[in-house]
Amino acid sequence: MSQKKRLANTQMSSQRKRLAGMSGSVGNEEELTFTQPSTLPELSGKQIEQKSDEVVQYILMKDQKKIPIRRADLVKHVIKEYRNGYPAIMKRVAHTFEQVFGLTLVNIDPKNQMYILLKKLEEDVECPTLGKANPKTGVLFVILSVIFMKQGVVKELLIWNVLEKLYLNSMTEHKEFGDIKKMVIDEFVRQRYLEYVRVPHTDPLEHNFLWGPRAKLEVSKAKILQFVAELHDRNPQSWKPQYKEAQNQSLVPTALGVQETAPSDHGSGRPTARMAQR
Amino acid sequence: MSRGNQMDDSHRRFLQALMRCGIVDERSAKQLFQRCCTVHNIPTPPRFEDFIETINSNLPIFMKIRKGMCEDSGLQHYALVNMVETEVTRMASDYTVHELEVFRKVMDLVVQSETGRAYSTDILNFTSTLTKRTKTSETEKLLNRFVRDNWLIEKRGEYCLSTRSIIEMAQYIRTMYQDQVKECCICHNIVFQGQICENPTCGIKIHLPCVARFFRGKAEPRCPACNDIWPHGIPEMGEP
Repeated sequence: MSQKKRLANTQMSSQRKRLAGMSGSVGNEEELTFTQPSTLPELSGKQIEQKSDEVVQYILMKDQKKIPIRRADLVKHVIKEYRNGYPAIMKRVAHTFEQVFGLTLVNIDPKNQMYILLKKLEEDVECPTLGKANPKTGVLFVILSVIFMKQGVVKELLIWNVLEKLYLNSMTEHKEFGDIKKMVIDEFVRQRYLEYVRVPHTDPLEHNFLWGPRAKLEVSKAKILQFVAELHDRNPQSWKPQYKEAQNQSLVPTALGVQETAPSDHGSGRPTARMAQR
Repeated sequence: MSRGNQMDDSHRRFLQALMRCGIVDERSAKQLFQRCCTVHNIPTPPRFEDFIETINSNLPIFMKIRKGMCEDSGLQHYALVNMVETEVTRMASDYTVHELEVFRKVMDLVVQSETGRAYSTDILNFTSTLTKRTKTSETEKLLNRFVRDNWLIEKRGEYCLSTRSIIEMAQYIRTMYQDQVKECCICHNIVFQGQICENPTCGIKIHLPCVARFFRGKAEPRCPACNDIWPHGIPEMGEP
């Protein structure tokens, strides 16, 4: 155990020395012998441009499937040896997405560092619809509506019952969607539209459905309430708590920032000083 | 960083719509363009070509909006393409390595055939020789997927490349099939389905819509390259 302590101490002291070396303080020869990423030459503007283009391409490809992009994968597969340029590269990536594509890159999971792309522009209802609309969106929308009207949590059984009323039987193979249960529990959850949480102490095991982080950022609660209100031919304001919740929703996240979940980063997506010291 | 004209929300909205559907015909593209300018209150909308050029000059180097002609209708289409030559990257995220191998084989057959179409029997024969043996029904399902996702078109048991594939993979095809792929004598784009001059020393190929346009009103159609009488029936020009 004492050996471990000694090792830890050496690591900490060498870390401190590294930090001292980085800040350019006058050091002795000992500090100059440490090799570390920051002694590599800074990336040229051109290199950053090239790498950020590759990252943009990678993210666009991954986002086609709506699967969140892990920072670890980004570094492993795209950024590779340029990892010390990560902040500069990602800054340019976020800028490109905003300026060229009208998309915002958002960090939805500060713990695991996962990114998704969100549209910044308002949906245009009168826009000529090109190509086929994705029918899965309709199913997802219904599920999100049910959860929202039930104030955020529903038993999974309720969702299956609702879907069955729409001739979407979760037990049999559907012509268009195939395995509906898989689509809801696997696909929609992986895409972060839904959360599927175990209910403790239940036997047989039960689950609840909640809105996932992507839904919270992408889907307008006001629009959902409007849809439900029209279905029931009622005024949206007749559902007071839901109306209030819809009014309070803010859908515009800052680039690389986090909304509606634990705000530990204040929008930078980079580890805080506290985290770096570990 | 100098990058041509500045983009605004009208460009971004257009780009997002195009990204969502992959390919759009010219008329719909222009309607979409007008709609985007209206939504964002653009006081003096630019010319459509300049609008596209602005987007292209701002897109990262590996992406461009490209124009291409449908080999059947002759209509122009716009698609957002990946300029990387080495892979069919847009497809890569939707299909497994094995499935892409099948697609490449279909491409091989299409390029090699005079008609620009591959018989389903030839495709099925191929898949039975692959190291990962596939059942006929699986291959048929896969081919249906290719058709549904707009990479292939099926006509009476034969498969040809969709306009989307041709525009997206033009660069890749030119590189991979340098010696085999043909250029339309009239429009100089790659041609798969078309009419061929039967002069053995000539053999040039022309898209059907290009044939219709080029020989329109000509009493005696002659090959533009070797001047032999053109041996095929001249199709009528389609409605735009």
